[in-house]
Order: sequence, then C-alpha cells, then structure tokens
Amino acid sequence: MSNTMNTSSTAGFISARRLLFWSGIVALCAWVLVPIYLVALGALGGRTGAYQWPKNFLPTDISLQPFLLFLRTEGVFQSFLNSLGAAGITVALSIALGAPAGYALARYNFRGKDSYRLLVLLTRAFPLAILALPLTVSYIRLGLYDTVLGVGLIHTVLALPFAALVTQGIFLGVPRELEEAAWVFGCTRIQAFFKVVAPLALPGLVATAVFAFVISWNEVFAASVLTVRHRTLTAYLLTVLSESPMHYRFAGGLMLILPSVVFIFAVRRYLFAIWGVSSK
Amino acid sequence: MTQSRSWIPYALILPSVVFLGLLFVVPLVQTLWLAVSDNGTPSLANMTTMVTDLNFGRSVLNTFVLTLAVVPIQIIMALTMGSMVAKMNGGRETILWIWTIPLGISDLAAGMVWLSILQNTGYLNSILFGMGLIERQTAWLTYQTPVALFIGIAIAEIWRGTAIVMIIIVAGLNQVPKEFKEAAEIFGASPWTRFTRITLPLIRPALQSALILRTVLAFEVFAVVYALGGRNFPVLVGEAYNWQNQNQNYGVAAAYAVLIMVISLAATLVYLKAVKVDPERLP
Repeated sequence: MSNTMNTSSTAGFISARRLLFWSGIVALCAWVLVPIYLVALGALGGRTGAYQWPKNFLPTDISLQPFLLFLRTEGVFQSFLNSLGAAGITVALSIALGAPAGYALARYNFRGKDSYRLLVLLTRAFPLAILALPLTVSYIRLGLYDTVLGVGLIHTVLALPFAALVTQGIFLGVPRELEEAAWVFGCTRIQAFFKVVAPLALPGLVATAVFAFVISWNEVFAASVLTVRHRTLTAYLLTVLSESPMHYRFAGGLMLILPSVVFIFAVRRYLFAIWGVSSK
Repeated sequence: MTQSRSWIPYALILPSVVFLGLLFVVPLVQTLWLAVSDNGTPSLANMTTMVTDLNFGRSVLNTFVLTLAVVPIQIIMALTMGSMVAKMNGGRETILWIWTIPLGISDLAAGMVWLSILQNTGYLNSILFGMGLIERQTAWLTYQTPVALFIGIAIAEIWRGTAIVMIIIVAGLNQVPKEFKEAAEIFGASPWTRFTRITLPLIRPALQSALILRTVLAFEVFAVVYALGGRNFPVLVGEAYNWQNQNQNYGVAAAYAVLIMVISLAATLVYLKAVKVDPERLP
C-alpha cells in the first residue's frame, strides 16, 4: 500500500480498507500454509528436532536424512505401494463404471433416470466408509479380506457416484451436434464416441480420475478395517500411530500430504467446474 | 433416439447399478441386520450393549458438539473467502489454489500436522513460552484438558474441511449474474444488504449441498481425533472402529454404524427442509 494516497481522508479510508482486505487474504493463506510448513520442519528435523525446546521456526537444522530413514522403516514403502494399488483400482473402476453412466445421463432421456440419480445422490447422505464394517465378513468369505483389491472396491463405492455426476457435466459440455455429424459421416456410435467425444472430454475425465485417486489415497477408516498385513499407507500409519515416535508421525503426515497437493495443483482449473456441476 | 436404441442408456448405467447394489445396498442391509440381530435371530442385544457402554454418552455428545462447532464456522469462513475472491482482479487463481490445498489432505494427515503444533514440545508452546505466557511445556491434548483437546480437534477439522465448502460456495457465487448486484447497487443497497438479500438467496443450492456434505463428513470424524487425542476424546466412528478391531464385536460396531447413518440421514432431511430451494428464483 502506498502512503502517498493518504493526502485526502477519503483516499486514506479506501487504502485502509484495501490494507485490511489484503491482510485478510494473507492471513488466510498463512492459516493454510504455515501448518504444512511446520509439519515439514518436523518431518525433516528428525528425533532431535522433534524434542528440541523451544522450537526454532526457521529451517536451520533440517535434512532429508530423517525422512529417508522413515521411508526405509519396515512396512512404510510396502504400504505406500499398496496405497498406489488401491488408488489405481479406484481410478480404473470409477471411470470405467461411472463415465458410461455419466454419458447416459447426459445424452439420453430414459425411464428410471430420476431413480438412478436418486440412488447416486442417496450415497451422499450416507457415511459410506462405515459400510466397511459388515463387508469384513463377506470379504473373508470371498477371499477379498486383507487385499489391495478389496480396499480398491470399497473406495470405488466412494468415488463412483462422484464420477457419474461429474462426467455427466463433462459430456453435457461436448456439443451433441459434433457427435451427430460423425454419425452422418459414417462413424458407428462407438467410433464416434472414441474419435469425437472422448478427445474433447479427456481433460475433464483426467481431472475426475485425479479426484478418484485423492479420495482413495486419503481414506482411512475402511482401509484400516479391511486390512491386517496388506495395509495402505493411511491404515499403516493409523495402526502404528501410538507406538511411533513424534518425528515418524510428522514424516507420515508429510508423505500423505505431498502427492495430494501436487494432484490438486494439476487439476486446479477444473475444481470449480467439477464442484459447480456436482453440487446441483 | 429411435425406439430400437432404447436399451443403450440402460446398458450404460447397468454396470454401476450392479456395482452399487453389491457394494452399497447389500452392505447397508447387512449392517441393519447385524445391528438388530444376535446369532441370526432378531435381538436388541447389540443396541443395549452400545447404549449402556461407558463411552456411549460421551461419544454422542462429543460428535454432536464438534459438528455444531465446526460446520457453522466453516460455512462463515467459506462465505468470507468466497466474497473476498469475488472482489479480486489479479492473483485470484493463485489465492484460490492456496485456499483449496487442504482439499487434498486426509484427516489423518491433518491430525499429524496439528500434532506438530500442539504437542508438548510443539510450536504453540514455543510461541507461548517465547511470549512469557507459560513457564514450562504445557500439555493440551490429554484426558485432563478436555476443553483444550476439543479446541485443538475443532481447529484441525476447520483447517482441513473448509476448502470443500469454499469450492462449492465459490462455484455457486460464480453463477450469480453480475446484473443483479449492479441493479441493487444502483438502487442504493448497502454491501451487507446486497449480500443478505441478493447473494445468499441465490446461492442457496450451493449452501444446501455444502451443508449436507460437510455435516455428513463431520459425523464421520475419526482419524483427526485419533491422531491428536488417541482415545481421550471418544467419537462415534472411533467407537465403531474399536468395537470392530479391538473387541472383534461386529454386532455392536454395526449398531454404531446404524446410529451414524440415522443421524446423517436425519441431518440431510433437516437441511433439505430448512434450506428451501425455490427453482423459480434461481438464475
């Protein structure tokens, strides 16, 4: 803010308001970013950093060594791979099952359309992860208990309704005329879809996939209930939480945060389009 | 569409219907049955065990108080953030990205983030010590300090969960036509009047879905509580987790699950009734 504006009282009032406005913006940014910075300090500060008193707020005593040590702890890397596996299954299934449904909702009027939308919206009013509780028994019977596939399946229940609603919005954004033109020029419906619609819908579909990934990557409850040895990263961290030293907990927190932050950055342009659609 | 092609939409939705049937509807029915049966016969034994459990009353109270404290603050913060970015010209995208970062952060990670601040040798104590407000390390997250523990958990939840509310509300605000506000401005309405009489009624659908989503999630609170307070602050989902994993009692865990579902559904219905969306007044 420049002080030269303070020559008249009105200008001073306006610049004071602007100062207040920007202080608010900066304060809210700090509110989001500073805690992440502090947990990163904790993760990179190692054992001595965790018990240092009083704390140093500047990154003077940090190195990657403590974090790498955490990565080499037994179980960490395997659970990281398990998390990737479960998230991969979630992405594949929720797109493979959700995108066709979204396409049907966008392009066709059919009996039962409203009932289907109701089923999808109903899943929102339910705490879905809780459904992992009865699934334990069925999973043991089916051999899905304590497997990455089992976790991926329940995470797909979380991501699929979201994928169906979001892809509906994406396909509505692809002009129907383009698709009909392709039919006229001799494409079959399937060819028209893959040659005309899919390329136009691709960025939105990728964004949907990223969200499905983040949903699975961050899910704690169902993953903890349904696994024992083949734990995902969240389930592993939850179960070893009470025995692990502080700096391991911070390292675990940082490891959970990093990929999601990168992914959210990658799809930032689609955040509002997606939620604008899915909140209708 | 010709009549002969009328099977196409059904073929397209069928896989997802089958999937949701197997992994949503069936477990739902199973949960209900598990909760109200004992060894295959109808019984209220699980419900009785749940209600008479020492932690039951506290976990219900804690979950409700936490939800009532967190959700309104998140809505107010999100409305403030939304109004702020609406006034910005340059740098809007960057600020919005920073504010949405917590969207990608799990509740477990959020618990660990705030643990690094609130633990005994953490940053909060260091600041208070530096300012001379405390003489030695103070514990905030124990059984003996329930109020401080509650505030810590609430802050971590607000930190993590506000982003999703903000995104839904900003998406709603983006759909409010500029002309409405300009007209109100010309007729001399104050900023506060414009906000309460024009903006708020027009973003009702967004507000409604943000409230439903956040409240259902707030009743599911678990990992952030566990990371910060262990079992010092019992909540409903935490109790369900303990009955399932520690006590291996699936029946009582299912009873808790049913209770959480009933509360979530009731909250959704209340919002659908209370925040009326009049389709004719939408832009």
